[in-house]
Amino acid sequence: MNGSALAMMLVADVVVTVFTVYFFWKVLRTPGTKHEGDFMPGP
Amino acid sequence: MSTNKENWGSRVGLVLAMAGNAVGLGNFLRFPVQAIQNGGGSFIIPYLVCFLLMGIPLLFVEWSMGRFGGKKGDHSTPFILGSMDKRKFWKYLGVFGIFTNIAVAAYYCYLESWTLSYAWHSVAGTFAGMDQEGVNSFFTNYVSLGTSQPIIFWILCLLLNTYILSRGLSGGVEVVAKIGMPLLILFGVLLAIKGVTLVAGEQGATNDGTVGLNFLWTPNFDTIWEPKVWLAAAGQIFFTLSVGMGSIHCYASYVKAKDDVALNAMSAGWMNEFVEVVLGAAIVIPISVGYLGIEKVVELTQNGGLGLGFRTLPFLFQNWGPFLAAAAGFMWFILLFFAGITSSLAMGTPVMGFLQDEFHWKRDKAAWTFGLIILLLGAPCVWFFNEGVFDEYDYWAGTVALVIFAVAEIILFAWVFGMDKGWKEITSGADIKVPNFFKFIIKYVTPFILLAVLIGSLPGIVDKISNPANGYVTAARIGLLGLYAGICYVVYVAYKKRVREGRFH
Repeated sequence: MNGSALAMMLVADVVVTVFTVYFFWKVLRTPGTKHEGDFMPGP
Repeated sequence: MSTNKENWGSRVGLVLAMAGNAVGLGNFLRFPVQAIQNGGGSFIIPYLVCFLLMGIPLLFVEWSMGRFGGKKGDHSTPFILGSMDKRKFWKYLGVFGIFTNIAVAAYYCYLESWTLSYAWHSVAGTFAGMDQEGVNSFFTNYVSLGTSQPIIFWILCLLLNTYILSRGLSGGVEVVAKIGMPLLILFGVLLAIKGVTLVAGEQGATNDGTVGLNFLWTPNFDTIWEPKVWLAAAGQIFFTLSVGMGSIHCYASYVKAKDDVALNAMSAGWMNEFVEVVLGAAIVIPISVGYLGIEKVVELTQNGGLGLGFRTLPFLFQNWGPFLAAAAGFMWFILLFFAGITSSLAMGTPVMGFLQDEFHWKRDKAAWTFGLIILLLGAPCVWFFNEGVFDEYDYWAGTVALVIFAVAEIILFAWVFGMDKGWKEITSGADIKVPNFFKFIIKYVTPFILLAVLIGSLPGIVDKISNPANGYVTAARIGLLGLYAGICYVVYVAYKKRVREGRFH
């Protein structure tokens, strides 16, 4: 691969992967809030 | 009292279902083709800028509109939009959020059934020994209904979608997302590794896999300021995130009133980008260029990526020997199947939510009614595919309607409902700090880009209307108009019913 193609690909892939992992990791670390009385049973 | 008691079982399930809604066949077949046709590697710059200025803002807006509607017991866009401003016409603009899902699901489920069928054929060894013309003819024969198989797989796919929808959000949609998304990423990674590590002279390859990557990622900065490149980037972001459909609103309407939407939106949105940019760019083009060379691939992608996916890859996989060809074919088409079904399930939920909310239907009845509607509306796409009905549905429902609805919703959210109230909705319960500049972007920049996309698509619309169309296409257009009018009437009936029952926010 030429240098500019490699640089574009690496920058794009790294940026996208880092944000994806960061936000999904935050989702896993902060599970949904439990609110008293907001449980709705299925039908 | 609504019979709608749906709820998400877990936050991870919700995020995976939302990401699955966004991830579709276009992530693997449309994005790489758009990139090579619009400046190669430099396309990623307008693409990511549009993601930041239009994609993320629209995700914030749609997630928060959905949760806002859900607080009031509304799970479909006619009444979600209606709850944000009292003027009646918003309800009828909100009809787009039901119309689009029905019309897109009608042809999308057929496309989805191809992937299921091709996965089966890959394992059964149907493509073994076929040359490229053989695989090409197989596809042509398939869509011309040369056998009954397309019908069987289509019905099977409809039944599967309907059954999963009848199991509800946590028992159906979420289960599929939790299985489908990890498998999709795993299969995508395996195929990408195989594609990128192709070596010229081995297994019939004429080029290294990196030649395809080089072709796709080499930047052509001369094109970066061309308006058409920016329109293509905005269009790709728009379609890849499934914004402007009403399905995000519906999924988000089942989020609890005090729960986060900002982090969820970011996580689902970036996951879609990972599948598109990292995996989508590393499969079709590297493998195709590895065997066919750049010139042939450019020629094959003139009409989009669908041809490469169905007419070419099954033949190229045969170079890898019987076992690997079957495994790669299965992984490729099952990956596309999961990308498809997680999106088509999201198209069913707004329709079901509407029927459950307004007419107190049970979930099963709403799901099977949706299945029946898709069967009836999808039939013309199946039987008259070659006459252009499939493409007609895709153009009006899968392209034009999305943009119109997105323009309407951003104006409603930022200018009518008001940006201060809107910002409160976005940041309420947020598990991340949403940068303040998004307030400015949502109010001024996103509407501007959306209007540019709408204006940019006007010449195409005029062309489409002014060019002569065959009878099937004309009938499809009339049918789609009739569908929109019919849904408007049902929304009117539902509204009158609300008035009688005194159900107002």
